[in-house]
Amino acid sequence: MTGQSEFHAALLQADQPVPSGLTDGQGRPAGRRFAVYRNNVAVSLTEALETGFPAIRALLGEENFRAIAGLYLRESPPTSPVLSLYGAGFPEFLANHPPLAHLGYLPDVAQLELALRQSYHAADSTPIDPATFQRLTEDNLSKARLRLAPALRLVRSPWPVVDLWRYATRPGSKHPSATPQDALILRPAFDPEPHELPAHGASFLAALAKGLPVAQAIEAAGDDHDLAATLTLLLQGGGITAIDLE
Amino acid sequence: MFDNPPRPLPFAAGVGYKPQHYAQILSDAGPVRWLEIHAENYMGAGGRPLAQLRHLSERFAISVHGVGLSIGGEAPLDANHLARLKHLMDWLNPASFSEHLAWSTHDSHFLNDLLPLPYTDATLARICAHIDQVQTTLGRQMLLENPSSYLAFAESTWSEPDFLREVARRTGCGLLLDVNNVFVSATNLGFDPRSYVDAFPTECVGEIHLGGHDEDHDDHGAPLLIDSHGREVADPVWALLAHVLAQTGPKPTLIEWDTDVPEWPVLQAEAARADAALQVLA
Repeated sequence: MTGQSEFHAALLQADQPVPSGLTDGQGRPAGRRFAVYRNNVAVSLTEALETGFPAIRALLGEENFRAIAGLYLRESPPTSPVLSLYGAGFPEFLANHPPLAHLGYLPDVAQLELALRQSYHAADSTPIDPATFQRLTEDNLSKARLRLAPALRLVRSPWPVVDLWRYATRPGSKHPSATPQDALILRPAFDPEPHELPAHGASFLAALAKGLPVAQAIEAAGDDHDLAATLTLLLQGGGITAIDLE
Repeated sequence: MFDNPPRPLPFAAGVGYKPQHYAQILSDAGPVRWLEIHAENYMGAGGRPLAQLRHLSERFAISVHGVGLSIGGEAPLDANHLARLKHLMDWLNPASFSEHLAWSTHDSHFLNDLLPLPYTDATLARICAHIDQVQTTLGRQMLLENPSSYLAFAESTWSEPDFLREVARRTGCGLLLDVNNVFVSATNLGFDPRSYVDAFPTECVGEIHLGGHDEDHDDHGAPLLIDSHGREVADPVWALLAHVLAQTGPKPTLIEWDTDVPEWPVLQAEAARADAALQVLA
């Protein structure tokens, strides 16, 4: 009897023998016919990673990417048939893969790509009219809690993560600067777009995401935060869906 | 929006939906009367995939084709995945739901391929229990698709057509007959594809699939066809379709093209060829 455990192990590890009890339909051993399934698994999962991490693929080159994807998919096969979720552990895998130690920024770029995918599939929402926001009194604003769009994502990084992503995915983009960037992903309609946040803007947003009132979020971001710039970015990208006033 | 009962799949040509064809499908569907989607690509909370699907479903009958339930798996069905599927089905209320005579998940790993099964009494009992669970959960009949095979199991005691007939008899499910899969398996395992069709419970067929295959060879130099869905349907498969349709009568007939997806006119031309094969019967 050929159990699925044996089949499964041999699919993922090419050095495992082909399971016994498999034939070519004419009584001869299946031999390399089993390799069709091995190949289907490896190729289709590599393609899923290529689709999910196009910037990493561009930064590493296709051949290197495929080699690393092959290692990852054997160590961490998908745990769900919904492949749009596949690769959640890929940033950490890249961070812990010694041959990539000199490319310290890769895990953060991969994290940005994961967040872009999550944003793409997130629930739809209707943003508030920026004018509503401008009509708030200062007192009301400081007490208000802002509800953020389900498609909004924040990726904090000590690397120029937005510039690196653009450089890798959009030909002609400027060469990445050497400054850290925190990324804010907004999805005005269906296409998520990463933006560089003003300094300390990520602290402001993290506080809002926790449900803290605006005054406390401002405090969390500190005096050097350009509040107007962060709010403009949020409002223009449809990042706020409701203002809760107590 | 989905209060009305679903339109059944028309006895006409359909294609596997690819988002890059969205605008052209809406402006120039040609002979294409219905669309098939892979369930697992529409399990997010929102965004473009669901918006496009909602819009397409206003114009076309939709078939939801699962590739991740692992109906043949030794383990119980993944309850979370079945719940996601039910959510999609309730929201979309599509014309049809189909899955595969295969397994794809083991030990919580989803392997993203349709893996083969031994045709034994034990497999039969397990698959029937899983299909009962799916049909009860979804509250509707499902179709089960015959696989493309690259190898056989020494322990099998049922032929594939007999096995599928028995699954349909015990569960009341319908069958999806993939004509390319019949041709691929027949070539790979050395049986006559027409005899397979003649033995197939054609009265249970609710949908037909067609797709392209690639050619390779096994260790002994024997032809080994790969069910790649990456090119035009081969001529012998069109001939086999005529043989099938002569027994089933017109059925919803789908062109699957999943890798190296061509421009819309190429896919449309394949659909037109399927449409012509159906028109012969009209």
